[in-house]
Amino acid sequence: MLTLTAVAFFAGHASAGDVTGKITLKGTPAPEKDIPMDPACGALHPGKKPTTRFYVADASGGLADCVVYLEGAKGGSAADKPVVIDQKGCEYLPYINSAQVKQTIRVLNSDPVMHNVHPTPSADGNKEQNKAQLPKGAPLEFTFEKPEKFLRFKCDVHPWMFSYVSIFDHSSHTVSGKDGTFKITGVPDGKYKLVVEHRKGGKVEKEIEVKGGAKADFTIEAK
Amino acid sequence: MASHPWLHRYALLTAVATIVLISIGGLVTSHGAGMAVPDWPNSYGYNMFTFPVSMWVGGILWEHSHRLAGSVVGLLTLVLTIWLNGRPAAKWLRWGSVMVFLLGLLAATSNKVKLDNVVFLVGTGVAGVGLSFFWPRNDPISPRLAFWGNVALIVVVVQGLLGGLRVTALADWLGIFHGTLAQCFLVLVCSLALVTGGWWARLNAEPQPMPVPNKVRRFLLATTLLILGQLALGASMRHQHSGLAVPDFPLAHGKVWPATDAVSMEKYNQVRLDHRDFKPITAGQIHLHMAHRIMAVVVFVHVLASLLKLRNAVGGAHPLARLAGGWFGLICVQAGLGIWTVLSNKAADIATLHVIVGAASLVTGALLTLLAASVFRPQKSASEIKL
Repeated sequence: MLTLTAVAFFAGHASAGDVTGKITLKGTPAPEKDIPMDPACGALHPGKKPTTRFYVADASGGLADCVVYLEGAKGGSAADKPVVIDQKGCEYLPYINSAQVKQTIRVLNSDPVMHNVHPTPSADGNKEQNKAQLPKGAPLEFTFEKPEKFLRFKCDVHPWMFSYVSIFDHSSHTVSGKDGTFKITGVPDGKYKLVVEHRKGGKVEKEIEVKGGAKADFTIEAK
Repeated sequence: MASHPWLHRYALLTAVATIVLISIGGLVTSHGAGMAVPDWPNSYGYNMFTFPVSMWVGGILWEHSHRLAGSVVGLLTLVLTIWLNGRPAAKWLRWGSVMVFLLGLLAATSNKVKLDNVVFLVGTGVAGVGLSFFWPRNDPISPRLAFWGNVALIVVVVQGLLGGLRVTALADWLGIFHGTLAQCFLVLVCSLALVTGGWWARLNAEPQPMPVPNKVRRFLLATTLLILGQLALGASMRHQHSGLAVPDFPLAHGKVWPATDAVSMEKYNQVRLDHRDFKPITAGQIHLHMAHRIMAVVVFVHVLASLLKLRNAVGGAHPLARLAGGWFGLICVQAGLGIWTVLSNKAADIATLHVIVGAASLVTGALLTLLAASVFRPQKSASEIKL
């Protein structure tokens, strides 16, 4: 079914390209908070104090962890690889992810401590689950049926551990990297609304036209 | 009714254990650890009594301790109920234990049940059958107390099931009933402790010269029910797992009444930068929080009015007036803890103290009402009161 949809999607478009750009943080956000880890988890961070990751920006202001997508896009290539989230140092890595509906989300535990993996979706049709994962235990896999922004994964054993996965019903989505840049590949020519969403910084959008590719930069203001 | 010193002490022990249980329950929600053990009645596949201590880490420590404390209260309540029912309850104990024993044998035939669970069930069954030949030997304390003992046992079983289902069914809303029923159970156990004590027996032994007027008695009941409603509102807030819907006091999001339009809600959520990264708050949660604040004022005024009405009706030296003074003191402390909970950004220890003093306020109101409706009831002489 997904294959048929993808074929139909691309058949109507002469060419496709990449949508690229950079997101820059404007202003100075509140300092990140220290995470009061328990001794077992704290020992996994020798010499440094883990902090929250609400605004992760590099020296140039490039803002990571923004979900970037083409609003109203349909179909696209089926996701054949799982989205992988690891639990390392009692933190979820990566913090922000994007996936397609029915795409496998594989959660690893690289820690020497026990976790529980507890996705708490809010969209009807996405199922809440809560699974135990022993130290270095077997990966756990999850899939979701409906689109949903920032679907929260949490660990109740360590109540500071969170990861967010935005689920889309198309393939035109990504998450900005450490330097704030992003790339959505294989976008057919046409006019689109390109949307950038940051969990705390909010949402910005631009109308773009893709002709063998497009570039758009964004600014997100610290709240 | 004659006093039963050892039964009274035992009922007191059960009441204290219940307060400890509620306190640990408060810590569970305050630490956001309600789902830290994903399975039930097992804990990470172990029978809960054989779950290795080395695995009691992080949120598991709170949740597993709560389960164990719940088991202790369940056992204490079972013994209390049998004690209240006396000799006739020996056959319930025997046949109930036989059922547990048979359940253990049945479990042994299943590959899905671990050996520790089988041993636990069979061992409990054997111990119960053996015990039933020696205990209880006493006469029933009274039919009415035996009835309330049975109610307590049913409530504690339902309470355990609610707690378990809240975990396995991933149903936050069940936690609201779990939290509220816990308060009702505490009232019941404290009432049993009161009526089995010497003070109650002495009050019953002689007519009370200063009965509490019916109007005041009804006012006490209404105030106690208001507190129960306020605790249910509090439980609803705790089991949303969204942290503080309103983070400031005395204003609310900087206003007397906070805005709850979409733009304001987005702004509130964007500036919530807590390492616990709570779920985004909703307008409904803000309204719930504001209702809790308004209700706090209503409860405060009602408890103060209860104190004044009692003092006017029976005088300041009356035992109920003095108890009402303590009740008002508790409500003042509770109001302070409520404010502190907000100003501390819902620090776990403060929020848990708020739960404990809330429970104590409810119990005080309930016992006052019970006393006013029984030994201090105007139309009835104490000798007519049968328990």
